[in-house]
Amino acid sequence: MHEMSLCEGILGIIEEHAQNQGFKKVNALWLEIGAFASVEIEALRFSFEVISKNTIAEQARLHIIDIPGTAWCMQCSKTVVIQRRFDACPHCAGYQLQITGGEEMRVKELEVE
Amino acid sequence: MCTVCGCGEGETRIEGHTHSHEHEYSHEHGKNHEHGSSHPHNHDHQHSHNHDYGQGPAHAHAPGLSQSRMVQIETDILSKNNEYAAHNRRWFSEHKILTLNLVSSPGSGKTSLLTRTIDDLKKELTLAVVEGDQQTDNDAQRIRETGVKALQINTGKGCHLDAHMIGHAIDSLELEDKGILFIENVGNLVCPAAFDLGEAHKVAILSVTEGDDKPLKYPDMFHAADVLLLNKTDLLPYVDFDVEKCSDYARRVNPGIKIIQVSATTGKGMDIWYQWIKATQNLALI
Repeated sequence: MHEMSLCEGILGIIEEHAQNQGFKKVNALWLEIGAFASVEIEALRFSFEVISKNTIAEQARLHIIDIPGTAWCMQCSKTVVIQRRFDACPHCAGYQLQITGGEEMRVKELEVE
Repeated sequence: MCTVCGCGEGETRIEGHTHSHEHEYSHEHGKNHEHGSSHPHNHDHQHSHNHDYGQGPAHAHAPGLSQSRMVQIETDILSKNNEYAAHNRRWFSEHKILTLNLVSSPGSGKTSLLTRTIDDLKKELTLAVVEGDQQTDNDAQRIRETGVKALQINTGKGCHLDAHMIGHAIDSLELEDKGILFIENVGNLVCPAAFDLGEAHKVAILSVTEGDDKPLKYPDMFHAADVLLLNKTDLLPYVDFDVEKCSDYARRVNPGIKIIQVSATTGKGMDIWYQWIKATQNLALI
């Protein structure tokens, strides 16, 4: 259940920007979550609902942008898309893969007023 | 409020680090946005005509009503934790302290392995321990019985240690330079993978009484670890655990992982683990 801590982090980021940029309400927020970020989206939604109570983000719609898992295959010398960390390369079936994407966990943008 | 950084930590308790204020009140900060609006508004005038153009995504054109607008953030959710972790890492590096973050599921024998390691190494190395558990200071007591400095962090409802807690632990522990700090994380193969504490290496401990497919079931943790200690190998004759298969799975999620077979009970294989610790410490001393 580290989704709770993640949501505290998200709210911290929002409130910091609210102070700096002077907005008072968040209508929507977009999060980029990678396939390997070990984030359970449903748990994240639930936690955000709890954490955002009585804050400027209470009414915010949560949009999740899925970032696919990608890896560099040393055999094929190219980037391939994989579903899980331990998947083999879809082209050569080898395991000499280096994860290059899919670990992202970012607050991308906010719609505010 | 915490005098070091002004934090409110919920139910987290760190020995020797007292928070005198009521934590419940820390949530009031969220409501108290007068602070934000009291910032100077003098730049508003320069933009006042823009309000009519409906630049927000809703293209609302209603004078007097506030308009929505997009704000690009592009910030890592864990950026706060990573800042604290970077701060810890810098501090460890300045004091030439090797920090190892021990992660595993509950019951893998982390604390037994640690007490044995301490007993065998305390004469030649300066050691200290941070213990993370949801409740009780039993583990810190067990470590203190070995004569080594130990600090307990109770995370309350939390499922992992974070870099901020470790920062406070550093302050309380008064660590000696050129030593080794073991951080025994909360028993959990999921969440601690994501939280950098500023350690040099994560060391995953897996016991042969667990399934040999754990590296595939919890790939994030075995990906994040540099060393896998396969513990309780004295029980191998009695359990259905395929060491080769487990090692193969671990290398699939992390081709560079070092795998050491040990038994904290009989001591078998522990010398290789100690070799690794000493070699890694030599690197930290450079």
